[in-house]
Amino acid sequence: MVAQNIFFYLFAALMVFSAVRVVTAKNIVHAALYLVAVLAGAAAQYILLAAEFVAATQVLVYIGAVMVLFLFGIMLTRVQIGRDADLTNRHWGAGIVTALVLFGVMAYALLDAFGWTRTPLPKDTRIMDVAGSNSATVSDAIFGHYLLPFEAISVLLLAALVGAIVLARKD
Amino acid sequence: MDDLLLNQFLLLGAILFCIGVYGVIARRNAVLVLMSIELILNSVNINLIAFGAIHGSISGAVFALFVIAVAAAEVGVGLAIVLLIYRNRRNVDLDELAQLKG
Repeated sequence: MVAQNIFFYLFAALMVFSAVRVVTAKNIVHAALYLVAVLAGAAAQYILLAAEFVAATQVLVYIGAVMVLFLFGIMLTRVQIGRDADLTNRHWGAGIVTALVLFGVMAYALLDAFGWTRTPLPKDTRIMDVAGSNSATVSDAIFGHYLLPFEAISVLLLAALVGAIVLARKD
Repeated sequence: MDDLLLNQFLLLGAILFCIGVYGVIARRNAVLVLMSIELILNSVNINLIAFGAIHGSISGAVFALFVIAVAAAEVGVGLAIVLLIYRNRRNVDLDELAQLKG
């Protein structure tokens, strides 16, 4: 499991650095591209946790669809693309204080509750039975126990699609 | 110490969550605020998957998929609203959207 630890810290460092750049970058397009790095790192963490179907969905939906939406949003709402000095408002000090206090509370609670709990992952995930793989179990759960929430999500996506078209339509 | 700990993932999620909260508070551009909300939703997803792994349950992955779907819907509607604001006011600066101030 040493290799998994090494890769965890590698991806975690990449994600934290990129997330900080997302909220501090002067160029809005750079912020969007750093967000791609955070989302890709999250997909890598899902694979470390043996949730490969969620990782694939993350890449398809977030990096594929949501980022294209963001780039469209940036290009439709900016007159000029480039460096912009006033992307951060005057309340950023309050933001830092809030974030640090929140992190202190959460870190204390997490360390207190789950100090050295290990994740009981399989030691060797290279050989996995297809019938017991993560994707098959996920699909069984979605179309079995969670069928009603899944249908509700479908209706929600349809409603959001129609709502976005109605809002953004020109007339 | 050569095993993956639950707290590694939970603390990573907490760090990303706090960075996202900072972005929501400190950014002026509405699109950047939406990006910070995506950071927050991703940190929640990491937590869900980690808890699913530690309990040997698939429900964490299923809930993470639902969160991803809801986030996609949220971004679609949110960017449509931002676009509408831009069309009406020619900018998306959140500090200047103060008509409701008494």
